[in-house]
Amino acid sequence: MPEFIDDFLFTYQTLVYSLGINGLLALSIYVVLALGQLSMGQAAFMGMGAYVSALLTVKLGVAFPLVLLAAMLLPALAALIVGAPTLRLSGVYLALATIGLGEVQRIFFLNSELTGGALGLSGIPMKGGLVSIYGSLGLALLACIFVARSRIGRAMEAMREDELAAGALGVDLPAYKLAALVVSAMLAGLAGALNAHVTSFISPEDYGFHAAVSILSYALLGGIGSPFGPVLGAFILTLLPEVLRSLADYRGVVSGAIIVLVVIFMPRGLLTWRMGRVGAATRRPS
Amino acid sequence: MLAQQLFNGLVVGSIYALFALGFTLMFGVLGVVNLTHGFYLSIGAFVALYATQHGVAIWLALPLAALASGVIAIVVDGLLLTPLRRAKASELASLMVTLGATLLLYSIANAALSTDIRRFPPGVIDGSAIDLAGVRVTLTQCLIVASAAGLVAALLWLMNGSRLGMGLRALAERPDTAALMGVNAGALVRLVSLISGGLAGACGVLIGLNYNAIQPYMGEVMMLKGFAVIILGGLGDIRGALVAGLIVGLLETLTAGYVASSVKDGVGFALLVLTLWIRPSGLFGRIAVKRA
Repeated sequence: MPEFIDDFLFTYQTLVYSLGINGLLALSIYVVLALGQLSMGQAAFMGMGAYVSALLTVKLGVAFPLVLLAAMLLPALAALIVGAPTLRLSGVYLALATIGLGEVQRIFFLNSELTGGALGLSGIPMKGGLVSIYGSLGLALLACIFVARSRIGRAMEAMREDELAAGALGVDLPAYKLAALVVSAMLAGLAGALNAHVTSFISPEDYGFHAAVSILSYALLGGIGSPFGPVLGAFILTLLPEVLRSLADYRGVVSGAIIVLVVIFMPRGLLTWRMGRVGAATRRPS
Repeated sequence: MLAQQLFNGLVVGSIYALFALGFTLMFGVLGVVNLTHGFYLSIGAFVALYATQHGVAIWLALPLAALASGVIAIVVDGLLLTPLRRAKASELASLMVTLGATLLLYSIANAALSTDIRRFPPGVIDGSAIDLAGVRVTLTQCLIVASAAGLVAALLWLMNGSRLGMGLRALAERPDTAALMGVNAGALVRLVSLISGGLAGACGVLIGLNYNAIQPYMGEVMMLKGFAVIILGGLGDIRGALVAGLIVGLLETLTAGYVASSVKDGVGFALLVLTLWIRPSGLFGRIAVKRA
């Protein structure tokens, strides 16, 4: 690697890593938002992935790929238990149940000896890096683009715009919602595991209500018309406190204000592109 | 011992019910899941704290705190939710706005007030306990149970027995039609915000008195319990909020007493998930089927 890239990485390593991880988190909530559902459990799923992976690595010395797999499966299971019963109800129930999941998990992490209580876990070996983080982000982004351009993506968009109409046209609503929620939990769990293995230290407060709202603000700012929007939003909101140092102390105010302003004044976000469908250009009648 | 546990559970349950009442009223009439509800609780507690520190009697400080929280609830509703209502945005849009507003308001309160725990001036309310057949009962505890019962009765009468309630129910059913029938929708929306915020504020004062601890995040702690109570009781169900509040409060106290106090905070969430699996419409609920 050329020397200047090495230097750059050395100085900005943490920032470069958190850009990729927050991008992955933004995609994880996009998967659910894209069909008109709201999961506030992304921070909780991330925390679950982080703690499970850290414990497997530190206490049992499990190989890193297996650790990542476990960090995706456990949140998926939690999403099934908490999310599945809400999917036939109004979207409000999923939001409330997932906020509850985050709170109860935070209380568990704070009180359990296994997870190190309020002190959290430290000394997690650095196993992740540029390749694993940006490789995951790239793969997830590609998969999202591929799905968005397919029949599934069109069904998702139809659900977001009018769920009743989509259901009447034969879209299997609960199946789509459940699949989206499980995939979203897996992505968040993966992000959590990668984050734990590049920061070496995790604590319960990293995965609370504040984190959940920040993740939502990424996706809403960027816009959920295409998978690029949430990633753009995550990049902007991660860079902002670095550029404007004085903002760093007011992250909560910034995330909160962005959600309020975007929902009221700019409901489609910054990037208002829609994904075209595969082969749309060739099929268009001349 | 058991009698004392049951009484403590009744008190805790009444607190949960009080918190859930305003939240469930707001959802029942306006269809808004208002997450800023917990913040009004903190406002109420702080207003009462400052009032009593300046020599105002607690009997006056309590309604004052409720009024202040209610007025702030009207302002927040007017600024954030009225534009969405006008644009006919979805339930989730209003939920997201209040979510953002909650983080915004807590962050500001945290910067302005710090997270130190504050206490009411000594002697603000008679703290001595009387012995009722082996159960220790304080004046604050009686006040909490009585307010929960009284306010539920008053709300049920308001909704089902008064002319105003007819308007509120019409508004809940179909806002546009209600407005065409001569219901002053704007005024009723403000009334619901005032009652809902006021209930949260009063609840904040009572919690502050009961535990003698006040800090900006006290409302956030209630959120988890509040959700459990609201879903167990059925979203929008006033009677359900009271019964579910008592159930959660009693089960929590009994778990803390006979199992382990560390498991206590999981009880509400376990009930929430169980309700969603077994009876998503809540204790007395009827499932509201949404049709185009």
